[in-house]
Amino acid sequence: MTMWTAVLVASVVCVALKTLGYLVPPRWLEAPRPARTADLLTVALLAALVGVQTFGAGQAIVVDARLPAVLVAAGLLLLRAPFLVVVAAAALTAALLRLWGWAA
Amino acid sequence: MPDWSDPRGCTLGRLDRVSLDPTFDDAHTAGEARRAAREGLGVALATSAYGISFGALAVASGLDVWQTCALSLLMFTGGSQFAFAGVVGAGGIAAAPAAIASASLLGVRNIAYGMRMSPVIGTGFWRRAAAAQFTIDESTAVSLAQRSTRARTVGFWVTGIGIYIGWNLSTLAGALLGDVLGDPRAYGLDAAAAAAFLALLWPRLRARQPIAVGIAAAVLATMLTPVLMPGLPVIVAALVAVIVGWTNWLGAADEPLVEPDDAALRRAQEPWEGLP
Repeated sequence: MTMWTAVLVASVVCVALKTLGYLVPPRWLEAPRPARTADLLTVALLAALVGVQTFGAGQAIVVDARLPAVLVAAGLLLLRAPFLVVVAAAALTAALLRLWGWAA
Repeated sequence: MPDWSDPRGCTLGRLDRVSLDPTFDDAHTAGEARRAAREGLGVALATSAYGISFGALAVASGLDVWQTCALSLLMFTGGSQFAFAGVVGAGGIAAAPAAIASASLLGVRNIAYGMRMSPVIGTGFWRRAAAAQFTIDESTAVSLAQRSTRARTVGFWVTGIGIYIGWNLSTLAGALLGDVLGDPRAYGLDAAAAAAFLALLWPRLRARQPIAVGIAAAVLATMLTPVLMPGLPVIVAALVAVIVGWTNWLGAADEPLVEPDDAALRRAQEPWEGLP
């Protein structure tokens, strides 16, 4: 599979999912079980991606400058900082720790 | 300001009552529609800005500038785009199937948004087809926060189209920037990706059940990283959500149905709420 194929297949699936919502009867939403599962699915995927992006390096688990950067991000989120500030502060933290040689 | 604190206040019940009310004041409706447009533009500006981080991260993950732009133009759903780039960045082209699966699973919530927006959008094939592409966290959130049908329609289209334009422009800018930066680690872009996922996750952690699912999924995915192919740990962790969601483990028995747009609404609001 080429990268272009992957980009296009993933895009088509995502657009199809958006469209699906307009094709199913609205009363389906009243069932709490699928609605709850869809909400938790989003939470689980994002949380799993936080874990893998923080500690993963290929198939290895490493603790490096990303961990303090993510902790800084969590602190800023607690203070209700906007998205861009959180992301930029995390990048800056990791970049400075690496520049000063304090973390890998 | 509409009553943000009561997500159940903007369910379809109220929509029906308002739209069927023949004595509803036209001038009032126009004012509401203008306010919906203003809110939509504010959310669009704030959201579009972080297309820059997506563009830079996607290029750092090994996508070229055009593939990065294609994701924003075609897929156009931020969480899925970040997930696709993140998984490809960790596992390269070999992880492409897992990247497709991660992006798709994160896109499942858009089904619920489409179901809520469907009666607001109305009829007509092209109108509904266009609306489907603009159906994202933010457009749904701004729309459902309004009270009249007219304001909901305006809020949806202004937010959706505004973000579509802004998000694609800022994606291109971020991708070009990421292209000239060179080594992404020197600029902390790998840490920025983790922080971006945390920031997307944060507003959804407002009850015991999602917090427990989030922690379990993060721990499980991290622990499975050495034993599974890159990308697969994230998919396996999604099973946690399906099991807990289906059995309602740790959930209150009479838990009210939370609007799926609620988290997005809070997230969408915050950037400009904090401005002076």
